[in-house]
Amino acid sequence: MEVLIPILAAAVRSGTPILYATLGEILTERSGVQNLGLEGLMLMGAFMGFSVTHATGNPWLGVIAAFVTGAAISLVHAFLSVSIGANQVVSGLAVAMFGTGASALLGRKMVGLTVTGFGKIPVPVLSGIPVVGPVFFDHDPLVYISYGLAFFLYWFIFHTRPGLNLRAVGESPIVVDAMGLSAARLRYAYTLVGGGLAAVGGSYLSLAYTKMWSEGMSAGRGWIAVALVIFALWNPVRAILGSYLFGGVGAMQLRIQAAGTSFPAPILMMMPYIFTILVLLAISVKKGKGILLGSPGALGVPYSREERT
Amino acid sequence: MILPMKYRVVLRRRFKTGLLFEGVLPVLSVAAALVFAGGALSVFGVSPVATYRAMFRGALGSGYGFSEVVVKTIPLVISGIAVALAFRMKTWNIGAEGQIYLGALASAAMVRYFPSGNQAVMLLTMTVGAALAGGAWGYMAGFMKSRWNVNEVITTLMLNYIGLHLADYFIYGSWRDPSSLGFPMTPPFPPSARLPQFFGTRVHLGIVAAVILVLVFRLVIRWTRWGFEIRAIGDNPRAAVYSGIRYGRNVELVLFISGAIAGLAGMTEIAGLQGRLQPGFSPGYGYTAIIVAWLARLNPWAILVVSFFMGVLLVGGETIQVIMRLPLASVQVIQGCILFSVLGFEFFRNYRVFLVRKESG
Amino acid sequence: MSTVQQEPLVTMRGIEKIFVGVRANAEVDFDLYGGEVHTLLGENGAGKSTLMNILSGLYIPDAGSIAVKGLPQVFRSPRDAIRAGIGMVHQHFMLVPTLSVWENVALGLEGNSILMDKDLIVKRIRDIQDRYGIHVDPMTPVWQISIGEQQRVAIIKALYRNAEILILDEPTSVLTPQEARALFETIRQITAEGHGVVFISHKLDEVMDISDRITVLRKGRKVATLPVAEVSKESLAEMMVGRKVVFQVGKTLQNPGRVVLEARDLVVLGDRGRTRVDNFSFDVRQKELLGLAGVSGNGQEELCDALAGIRKIEAGSIKVDGYELAGRPIREFQKRGVSYIPADRMGTGLVRGMNLRENIALRKYWRKEFTRFHFFIHWENIAGRTGQLVERFGVVHPGLGYPARMLSGGNLQKLMLARELTDDPKVVIAVQPTWGLDVSATLFVRETLLEQRDKGAGVLLVSDDLEEILSLSDRIAVIHNGGLMGLVEDPDSVTEEQLGLMMAGTCLEEFRPHGAEAPFAPGKVV
Repeated sequence: MEVLIPILAAAVRSGTPILYATLGEILTERSGVQNLGLEGLMLMGAFMGFSVTHATGNPWLGVIAAFVTGAAISLVHAFLSVSIGANQVVSGLAVAMFGTGASALLGRKMVGLTVTGFGKIPVPVLSGIPVVGPVFFDHDPLVYISYGLAFFLYWFIFHTRPGLNLRAVGESPIVVDAMGLSAARLRYAYTLVGGGLAAVGGSYLSLAYTKMWSEGMSAGRGWIAVALVIFALWNPVRAILGSYLFGGVGAMQLRIQAAGTSFPAPILMMMPYIFTILVLLAISVKKGKGILLGSPGALGVPYSREERT
Repeated sequence: MILPMKYRVVLRRRFKTGLLFEGVLPVLSVAAALVFAGGALSVFGVSPVATYRAMFRGALGSGYGFSEVVVKTIPLVISGIAVALAFRMKTWNIGAEGQIYLGALASAAMVRYFPSGNQAVMLLTMTVGAALAGGAWGYMAGFMKSRWNVNEVITTLMLNYIGLHLADYFIYGSWRDPSSLGFPMTPPFPPSARLPQFFGTRVHLGIVAAVILVLVFRLVIRWTRWGFEIRAIGDNPRAAVYSGIRYGRNVELVLFISGAIAGLAGMTEIAGLQGRLQPGFSPGYGYTAIIVAWLARLNPWAILVVSFFMGVLLVGGETIQVIMRLPLASVQVIQGCILFSVLGFEFFRNYRVFLVRKESG
Repeated sequence: MSTVQQEPLVTMRGIEKIFVGVRANAEVDFDLYGGEVHTLLGENGAGKSTLMNILSGLYIPDAGSIAVKGLPQVFRSPRDAIRAGIGMVHQHFMLVPTLSVWENVALGLEGNSILMDKDLIVKRIRDIQDRYGIHVDPMTPVWQISIGEQQRVAIIKALYRNAEILILDEPTSVLTPQEARALFETIRQITAEGHGVVFISHKLDEVMDISDRITVLRKGRKVATLPVAEVSKESLAEMMVGRKVVFQVGKTLQNPGRVVLEARDLVVLGDRGRTRVDNFSFDVRQKELLGLAGVSGNGQEELCDALAGIRKIEAGSIKVDGYELAGRPIREFQKRGVSYIPADRMGTGLVRGMNLRENIALRKYWRKEFTRFHFFIHWENIAGRTGQLVERFGVVHPGLGYPARMLSGGNLQKLMLARELTDDPKVVIAVQPTWGLDVSATLFVRETLLEQRDKGAGVLLVSDDLEEILSLSDRIAVIHNGGLMGLVEDPDSVTEEQLGLMMAGTCLEEFRPHGAEAPFAPGKVV
C-alpha cells in the first residue's frame, strides 16, 4: 500500500490538466458544440501561462492569460460553428493545428527557461489523513481548484437555472430560442469558457507539473480529453474518475521508464491511447447501438433560427 | 445566420454555382488565409513578408526546389484521395497518418522477411503488404463504428499515435541497423525494393500511382454503384438506408480502403524516397491530407492542384526552418489559418448575404 | 359561445414577411378579442404559422404593426412577446424531451437568481392544473409521457407565464377525436376566463366546431374574416383553395385476391428500446387497400419500418407472396416487390443534395437495366427513365440535374411516388402520404394509390386522417399502443366515432358485442 501512494498522488497530478480540459469540453459539448482542438488550446495555454509568468513572476497572471488565450482562439471556432454552421470536426482540427503551430513558433525562444510557478501547498489537517491525505491534499493550488470546479460544475449543470438552459440548448436549441433566450449566445459563451478551461489545463503543465516549456508538451492529452468527455457521459464528477485513471496510466508509464527496465519505451507510450480506445469501447458496447445516455441530442448539429425546412 | 449583435442578416440560399465561382472561391479563401496568417506571424514577432518570400523562393525558385515540391505532392495526393474517399461518406478518417506509418511498416517488414531480388515481385509484395496493413488499421476504426457506433474521429486519432509508436518499436528495436552510427533506422533497402526515380531528381514512380488513384477515384465516385452508395450515405444516411444501402458494411469498407490507400502513400515514401524506414519519416502528411481534401472539396482534380500547393508550403517550411530558424511546426499556423478561412468562405458558397441594420420600432 | 369584449386584445396590421423569394405573408390584417376563439384557416404553406410566429416573436416582420391591448409593440424576440402576454403552443411542441415536465415549464423563466425554487414552481403548476382542469405529473421526463400529455405541458407553460393570448398551432393533428374534444373543453374553459385563443388549423370540421370567428389565408394573403355563423365547410374550402373543391375520390369496387402481405405476431422495438409494436398480426390481399388508422405515435412508423425491412423485428414473421422476409436485408424486401413511402419524405425518402436523376436511381440503380458491367451505373438509362416518370407524374422541376431540395413539398411527394410506384410493386406501404400537401396534390396521391390497388398491388395506407381512411379503404385496421384494436371488414358499417374510440384504446368488442348485424373481425384484448 505504501508503494501505491506516491503513484496515486502522481496520477492525480498527471490527470489534472486532462481534468481541466475535460470539464471545459463537457461544458462546450453540453451546449451542442464539439471542439476537437483541445490539444492546440492546451499547448497555447501552456505557452501563454509560462511566458506571462516568466515576465511577471506571478503564476496566477499566467493562468488568467492562458484562460483568455484559450477563449480567444475558441472564439474563432465558435464563430465558424455557431454563426456559419461550418463542419465542427474540421474546425476543431484547425484549432488544434493552429494552436500547435503557434505555440511552437512563439515558444521557440523559451525552451530551456524555468519559472517558479506553483509550489505544493498541503491542506492543513486533511493532508494528514492516512492514504487519502497525501494522494489528494498534498498538491499545488490548481489541483484543489480542479476539485472544486468539478463539483461546482456538477451542481451548476443539474441544479441551477442557467444549468437548465445549458442542458436545454444542447438538446433542443429551437426550444431555447422559442423561450426567448438566444441559443447562439449560449453556445458562444460555453465554447469560449470550455476553450479557456482547456488552456488552463495546459498552463498547469508548464507552471506546476514541470516548470518549463517545450514544444508539444501536452503529448496528446488534449485528444484524450475529447474521448474522456464521452467516457464521463458528460458528467463533471465522472470526469474526475476518468482523468485520474489516465493520469495513472501516464504516471505508471513514467515510472516504468525511469526504473530503467528493459520494457520497450514505445510500447509504454502507446498505453494511454490503447487505453482510451478500450474505454470508449467499454462505454459503447454496453449501450449497444442505442442512444448514448446523456449525450446532448443536438451535439455537432448547426442550428439556424430562420431556416425553414 | 446568427450573430449576437444588433444586425439582421438576410440570406438567400444559393442552389447552383458556376465553375468559375467554384474555382475562384477557394483561391480567394487561401489568399485571405495567407493575409491572416501573415498578420498572426507579425504578432508573433516574425516578418510575414520575409517568411513568405523565403518560402516561395525555396520551393519554386529553383529546379531542385520544384522537384522537391513534386516529391512532397506525391504522398499528399495519395493520402488526400484516401481521406477524401472517407470524407465523402462523412466518415471522418483522421487516422491517415497512422495508416501511412502502418503501410511503411508493412513494406519494411516485407523487405526484411520476404526479400526478393526481382524488383517487380518485391515491389508487389510491399504494395500488397502496405495496403493490407493500412487497410487493417482503418478497418479497426470502421468496425468499431459500424458495430458499436464508436466515434471514428477519436479512434482513428488514437490509432495514429499507436501506429507511430509501433513503428518506433521496430525501428529502435529489432530492425535497427547496427551500422547506422546511433541514428535509429533500418538498414537501407536493396535495389529491388526501390521505386525508380526520374531524371536524376528524387521524383519517383509513386507519381504514377498518384495520378492513377486520382483517375480511379473519379471513376468510382461518379460511375460505379459503390460510389453512388458512398455519396448517398454521405448526404443523407437515413435515406440511404431506406434505399437498401447497407450502412455498417459500407463504413467498414470505406475505412478499410481509405486506410489501404494511405498505407500505399507510406509505402511509396519509403520505397521511392528514403529507401529505409526511419522514425518520423512522415512530416504529418496524414494531417495535411485532411487540409488538402477539405480545400479541394473532395474533388479529385482539385486534390492534385491543392496537393501541389501544400507541397510548396511544406518545402517552404523546411526552407524557413533552415534560413530563419523557425520550428517546422510554424507551417501549421498557416495551415490552421487556411482551414479556418476555407470553412468561413464556404458560407458564401451556400448563401448570398445582405447585411441589414435591425429596425428599431 | 363566450362573451366577447369590446377592445381587441391583439391587432395586427399590414404584416409582410418574405422568405427566400417567397412572400409568406402579404399585407395581412388580424385581430383577436378576449373571450373568443379566432381560427386561422388555410392550406399548408398559406402563411398561418408564419403569421403566428411573428406574433409570438420568433420571426420579425418585414413590414406591418402589432398592438397588444391598444399599445403598439415591437417584438425583438419571443421574450418580448411572452412579456406582452402572448403564449404559443407550437405544432411540434417546444419541449426538451430529456428534461422533466416542471423543468420544461421553468425553462426560460424571467428572474435573475441562479437558483430555482423547485417546490414553488411545482406548486404553481399544480394550481394551474386545478384551475383549468389540465392534468399531468410534473416530475416525469417529457420523453416518457404521451403526446396528448405533452401538449398539455405546452399549454401549462403558456398559462404559467400569464398568457392572456394563447395561440394553438394545429393542436389536433396528434390527438384522437376524443382527446380533441377534451382539448376543446379546455379551450372553452380558457376563453371563459377571458383569454383570447387563436386556433390554427386546416381541418374544416373542427374549425366549424370550435370557432367564433374565422380568418382564411391563401398564399400569404387574407381572403376574409367571418363569424362562424356566416360560413359553411364548402364556402370555407372554396376560400382556402380559390375554386370549387371536389371532396370525394372515385373508388371502384375490386375483388381482392390472394394474400400478398402476411404479418404474424410482430414485435418491434423503438429507438429507445421500448416495445412499440406488440404481437401485431394482419393480412393485406391483392387488389385491396387496407387502411391503418391510429393517432400518430402509436407504433405505426415502427411497424411500417419493420414491414419494409428497415427495422429489425424482435419476434414474428413477415411474408410477401409467401416468402419469409423477416430478418432479411432491405434490398431483398425491395426485390420481392415491397415499395415504401415513408412519412418523412425529405428526411428519409429523398436525398436533398442529389439531383432528380440520382434520387430516382436510389431505388433502381441495382437493377439489371440500369447497370453496366455489373459495377457501373448506366446514367443514360436512369436519365431517360427519370424524364419519363417526371412527365407522367407531373413533377414541376427546374431541371433533372438540379438538387431535389429545390422542389416544393407536393412535387417531392410526387417524385417519391414516381420512384416507388412504377415498378409494379406487389405491396405498397404508404405512411401519411398526403400530409402537408395542398388539395390537388392530395387528390393526385389518393388516386395514384387507388390505381396501384386496381393494378393488383396490396396497399397498406397509414394515416391519422379518418376521412382519408374511410374514403379510400376496403378494410380498416386500428392500431393503439402498438396493438391491433380491431379489424373492420366493411368501412361503411363503422362510424368515425367508433373508429376514434378504437384509436384511443377501446377494443372493438366492447361496443359491438358478439352477434351484431355486420361481420366483424375480433379485436385484440389489451
